Amino acid sequence: MDRHLLSASDLSSDDAALVLDTAEEMRSVAERPIKKLPTLRGRTVVNLFFEDSTRTRISFEVAAKRLSADTINFTAKGSSVSKGESLKDTALTLQAIGADAVVVRHHDSGAPHRLAHAGWIDGSVVNAGDGTHEHPTQALLDAFTMRRHLGDLKGRRIVIVGDVLHSRVARSNALLLSTLGAEVTLVGPPTLLPVGVERWPVEISYDLDQALAKCDAVMMLRVQKERMNASYFPSAREYARRYGLDTRRMALLPEHAVVLHPGPMNRGMEITADVADAARSLIVEQVTNGVAIRMAVLYLLLSGAPPDSRLRDGGGLDGVENDHEPAIAGAAEEGAS
Amino acid sequence: MAAVHPAIGRVVLDERDIARALTRISHEILERNRGAADLVLLGIPTRGVPLAERLATRIRDVEAEAVPYGSLDITPYRDDLRLRPARALEHTEIPTTGVDGKVVVLVDDVLFSGRTIRAALDALSDLGRPTAIQLAVLVDRGHRELPIRADFVGKNLPTSVVEHVRLALTEVDGRDEVVIADRSRETED
Repeated sequence: MDRHLLSASDLSSDDAALVLDTAEEMRSVAERPIKKLPTLRGRTVVNLFFEDSTRTRISFEVAAKRLSADTINFTAKGSSVSKGESLKDTALTLQAIGADAVVVRHHDSGAPHRLAHAGWIDGSVVNAGDGTHEHPTQALLDAFTMRRHLGDLKGRRIVIVGDVLHSRVARSNALLLSTLGAEVTLVGPPTLLPVGVERWPVEISYDLDQALAKCDAVMMLRVQKERMNASYFPSAREYARRYGLDTRRMALLPEHAVVLHPGPMNRGMEITADVADAARSLIVEQVTNGVAIRMAVLYLLLSGAPPDSRLRDGGGLDGVENDHEPAIAGAAEEGAS
Repeated sequence: MAAVHPAIGRVVLDERDIARALTRISHEILERNRGAADLVLLGIPTRGVPLAERLATRIRDVEAEAVPYGSLDITPYRDDLRLRPARALEHTEIPTTGVDGKVVVLVDDVLFSGRTIRAALDALSDLGRPTAIQLAVLVDRGHRELPIRADFVGKNLPTSVVEHVRLALTEVDGRDEVVIADRSRETED
């Protein structure tokens, strides 16, 4: 796995499977009397949030704490960013403090990429949502949640509905799900599909009822009114009628199909309240699984040796014989020494 | 015994030796604990897990009482995580009985530096409070770096630090044997 997690496309299918399998183990930590592992003791994780968030920020914070990392929460409001400090100067400050990982959410697409590759900081960068670009840990937790209910996602049909244009969740999901071998169909008003969507590894449809009838999971996207500077559809009512998930539409789903929503929901707009609270809706479970996925990502990015270190196992450091577990970055040496 | 396998080294325990050692250990566990009540066997992945299962089967055959067994992954508790690239986690499966108030027997294949067991003790204390923790290993090869000893040992195997002890188990490797190899001859390890 790469040192940073910036895009769902950074993950090979092996990497993705590794994150999902690791998350499966991390999930069981939450069921123990002591919900904590000592693994990242002494490491510092900074949550750098330039944009509002409830779920993602809390989720990353809990994940880091469950791995015993120290966490610093940095939000644009109430920091020097509101006085006009640049991303670069903020990054240099974090570097000076000694951040081992920076979890960044930014209103501009590409900000995490800049942070990772500008040479301002040495730590790992995790994209927690950048503009309308990507949100890879959300895609991972969605895939994880679906896998828990549907089994292997290879060949599964996943329908993603709504405001694809403004959705970093949709882009990351389309990339990750196709890596995992699922068949993704995007459904939404033509005005809310991004330019170039025909080059995504997905099918496009404008008929929700038809798509629902043969899908294994349906993912409803939030209509992102705060990013809309023009009218993309005539009225909320019309949107809800054509692209909202209500009880009638839910009845079209096959028996086993599940409903997801990344939150926050506009109840009554893209999803009705009774669907959101239905038994096949996994929206609350997505939040639980989000912590496990973020633990897995932080564990895989931070627990091992720093990538530039040439520290090798010098001998006597390890008591495990027959230690054939695969080292993630491809080190071939044996555990025993 | 003591057949020299040119590619993999010297076979020190074959299938029947391993079977005998496990049978003896299972009796020793029962003797020490006066039966199988409150016992929980936890294997340390990878090869400690099938060993724990085999011991549980033997104890059930002797006592006609099922002993809960499971696996305990120590990876998050290792002291050498930062010396290598991140490691994949193994599966932890604690029996539904839990470990509180139980006598937990940790089961591992080869006891060497003792660092794995140190990690296992930490992992276990995060899972509950056993009445006692005991350690069963198939092979003790010496060279301890921590004040840890095994309660039940299949075979004490004097080795040189540069040698390499390898246990193969049918469940994982398709055959049962313990082999000593000279590390300098190994290419991949």
